[in-house]
Parts: sequence; C-alpha cells; structure tokens
Amino acid sequence: MKRSITRLLMAPSVLLLLVWMVVPLSMTIYFSTINYNLLYPGRNNFVGWMNFEFFVTDPGFWIAISNTLILLLSVLVITVVLGVALAALIDQPFWGRNVVRVLLISPFFIMPTVNALIWKNMMMNPVYGIFAWLSQSFGLEPIDWLSDYPLMSVIIMVSWQWLPFAILVFVTALQSQDTEQKEAAQMDGATSWHIFRYLTIPHLARPIAVVVMIETIFLLAVFAEIYVSTGGGPGYDSTNLAYLIYNQALLQYDVGVASAGGLFAVLLANIVAFFLIRAVGKNLTV
Amino acid sequence: MTLTQQRKLKTILVGLAAWTVALLLFFPIFWMFITSFKTELQAISVPPQLFFEPTLENFSIVQERSDYLKHAWNSVVTSFGATILALVIAIPAAYSMAFFPGKRTKDILLWMLSTKMLPAVGVLVPIYILSRDYGLLDSKLGLVIIFTLMNLPIIVWMLFSYFKDLPKEILEAARMDGATPWDEMVKVVLPLSVGGIASTGLLSIVLCWNEAFWSLNLTASEAAPLTAMIASYSSPEGLFWAKLSAASTLACAPIVIFGWFCQKQLVQGLTFGAVK
Repeated sequence: MKRSITRLLMAPSVLLLLVWMVVPLSMTIYFSTINYNLLYPGRNNFVGWMNFEFFVTDPGFWIAISNTLILLLSVLVITVVLGVALAALIDQPFWGRNVVRVLLISPFFIMPTVNALIWKNMMMNPVYGIFAWLSQSFGLEPIDWLSDYPLMSVIIMVSWQWLPFAILVFVTALQSQDTEQKEAAQMDGATSWHIFRYLTIPHLARPIAVVVMIETIFLLAVFAEIYVSTGGGPGYDSTNLAYLIYNQALLQYDVGVASAGGLFAVLLANIVAFFLIRAVGKNLTV
Repeated sequence: MTLTQQRKLKTILVGLAAWTVALLLFFPIFWMFITSFKTELQAISVPPQLFFEPTLENFSIVQERSDYLKHAWNSVVTSFGATILALVIAIPAAYSMAFFPGKRTKDILLWMLSTKMLPAVGVLVPIYILSRDYGLLDSKLGLVIIFTLMNLPIIVWMLFSYFKDLPKEILEAARMDGATPWDEMVKVVLPLSVGGIASTGLLSIVLCWNEAFWSLNLTASEAAPLTAMIASYSSPEGLFWAKLSAASTLACAPIVIFGWFCQKQLVQGLTFGAVK
C-alpha cells in the first residue's frame, strides 16, 4: 500500500524525464540514418552511416571536439583554483566583507548573451575597448582578442561567469570548517600553508566535487557566448561541438548530419559523465 | 611589531586584496551600467570617460526599438511559470525518495542527473520539429515546458538533499499519530522546508531567466525572452554601445537585484546540500 503511494509520488518526475529523454533521442537516432535536408523535402531515404561519415569528415569535427574539451578543462581549472584561493581570502575578517560578497557573486547573474556582448565590445574591442586602452597606456600594441585568441576570449568570458559560483560555494564550505581544529594545529606550530593544505583542502573535497559536476553540465553545452561573440570563428578556432551542430542544423538545414552530430555530442557527454560520476559520485551522499 | 599590530596589518592587507579582486570582477558590469547613460560618441571615446553628463535617451530608444517591456514580461512568465511547475512536479518525487528510499533510489537520482548531461544540442532538431508540429514554436507555453523539463533533475536533487536532512523523529511522531504519507508531506515536511524550497526555486528562476540556447533557437519575435532580445543587438551594424549597454542593463537589472537580495538563500541551494 505505502509502496504504491511512494511510486505514485515519483511517477510524474520519472515519466516526464523519461519522455524528455527517450522521444527526442530516438528521433535523433532515426534522423541520423536518413537523408533529411529542410531545403529538399520529400527525399528522406535511408542512407545508413553516411551522415556520420559526413559529420566526422567535416574539417571542423576534431577541432570542435578538442575545443569543447579545452574549454571545459580550462574553465574548470581556472574556477576551482582561483575559487579556492579567493574563498580562502574572503573567509578572513576585513572591512566591508558583505559588499565584497555581493560584488563577487554578481557576474553569475549576468545572462550569457549580455556577458559575451560586454566582453566582445567594451572590454576586448581592439580600438575602443578597455583592454586596448590599457595596452596603449603601457605603450603596447593592442591585442585583437576575438580574432587572434578567439578560444581564449571565450574561456575568459565563461570563467568570469562561473568563478563567482565557485567562490561562493567554497566560502560557504569554509564557514563550516572546524575552527578549534585550526587553532589546535596553530598551537602545535603548523604554518598557515600547512593548515590550508592538510585541513582546508580535504575539507573542500565535497564542495569541489559539486562545483566540478555542476559546471561540467553547463560547460559542455556552452553556446550563447560563442554565438554572440565569435560566431565560432575565425575559421573553426572557437567552434565547439554544440556550435558545430547548430551550424549544421539551422544554417545549412541539414537535419540528418546535424542529428548524427548530436549523437556525437551525446556520446562525448556520456564519456565525460562516466568518469565524472565515478569520481564525483563517491563524494555525493545519496 | 607587536602581535596586535601584526594582526591589524594582516586585516588591512587582506581587505585590500579582496576589494581589488571584487572591483576587478565587478568592473565589466559597472562599465556596462555607466555606458548606458552615455551618448554613442562618449561610449567609444578613447581614453574611456568616467565622468560625463548622463542621459536617459538610450533607455527610451531601446524600449521603442525592441519593446523591452514585452520581452521582460516573457522572461518573467517563463521563469516563474517553469519554476512553479517544476516545483509542483519535483516536491512529491523528492519527498518520496528522501523518506521512503528503496533499493533503486540512488540509481534513479543518478539517472535523473544523467539526463541533464544529455546535451541540448543533441536533441535540438527533434525538439524544434516537435514544437513546430504542435504549434509551440515561438510560444511562451513551449518555453515553459522546455524550461521545466530542463531544470527538473536539478530541482529534484536539491529538494532531495534538503528533505534528507530533516529530523526523522518528527516524521515518526506524525506517523504514530496516524498520518498518511500525503498528510506527512503537506502538513509536516513542507512547512519545515520552506527555506529549502525557496532556495531551489530561486536558483531555478535564475537559470531560466538566463537560459539562452532554447530561447534563441525556439523563439522569434512573439515569445522571445530578454536573452533572445539582447542577441539581436550583436549584429555589427555600426557601433552603438550605449544602446547595447542600456538594453543589457535593462535585461540584467531585475535578476541581479533579485540575486543580491537572495544571495544567502541561493548559495545554500547551490551547494546541493554538500555543505552545511
């Protein structure tokens, strides 16, 4: 009796997510095996592996995969390392801590499209941007960020967005750290580095796991920042898998190839998730 | 130097470093904000101008050009609609998993999270086609449905971790008094976890407000929320940073201010219960 009630309570969530996963995914699988271009309707014959071959041999394919992974790893490293360092910094007492907290969390609330537009125009523009003005003030040649370092520009934008998230999770975690333990270590003559290394870092293991997991979910799918700032270019230099598929589907109207690409994205996400859930799962109590 | 002096010096140095970092990270937002009050000429002047005579002209131009209020309303409706819907669906599920865990509970939770790992772009085409066929393209209802499903796994997880931390004794006492699972949920669990539900809802609202992939691909002029409206300012038809900044400020201000007020709640939610 009770069992059936609990199942009933779970049913809506489970069924909805099942439909949300199975229906589009099976459609994607089906589309990926047929010839399906929106410009040429009615020629939807079975083509086997051809769409996959076409997608894999696209000159952008391997670049997009490597860009996706570089973006993911760079942002994870930047946000976790800087996040831990800055959290340790603002965990100490100083004047105006609450205001600093508010300032630090703000970039997290900025929508990706606005984020990209601010950085692209007002920060990174090679003529009128703040960075250009700074380099000129130091007598240096201004850098054309989006053309010369497109992927790095995207990494900067995305890190800017996610660093506040990391900082705040870590600060919250540090506040729960046992102060008596720290004081005892201090009495025994431990340096601040030792306390940080042997007490604080282990204490942060679980929050780090949470940050890595949540960020990975969002970073594998970075889209708007690229769409608005570099448009994936120049060439394929800042195209990630999400953007490559988008290009294929909505700009070239080739649903078949885009669906094949979508399956590659699913595959890549699964590979990453496999390692991630194994590594992080241990740190999440269920 | 005495110990107190040393401590004082350290506090000052820490404060200095923290303020520097905070101001640097906040600078782009500050710059966007003040640029929105400049004329186009002032916006691109080199060296950048910090002091100038502010104008409100940009804001009225943005409202005229892109009908800000309509898009803002779309954002409000889709964010709040999807959040409420997702909470209604997720609360019973999280409750039943937290208080009546079975052998498969852990697997179900991990599976839910794994649906979140499924990249949106992998199912872009089918969702686009389904939305088109059911008349949900460029409609608020379509976005609400997508946003609900998109955030459901995270919402279930967060609620689950809150519910799990509630003291079990209270429930047992209620059960002794003959409460059914439904009574328990509505009369005991929900009142005790208002804070947790609020943080979950807040996070969901922020995620919906800033969602850009589906809103860019599935809406046009009618149902486009603010994220999509802003993207229309990315086309390089001349330099108009002041208007761009005004539009961006208008798009972000509601959620940033909202976030400032709720930051404590929000941070608790973001840690997924992994941090007490």
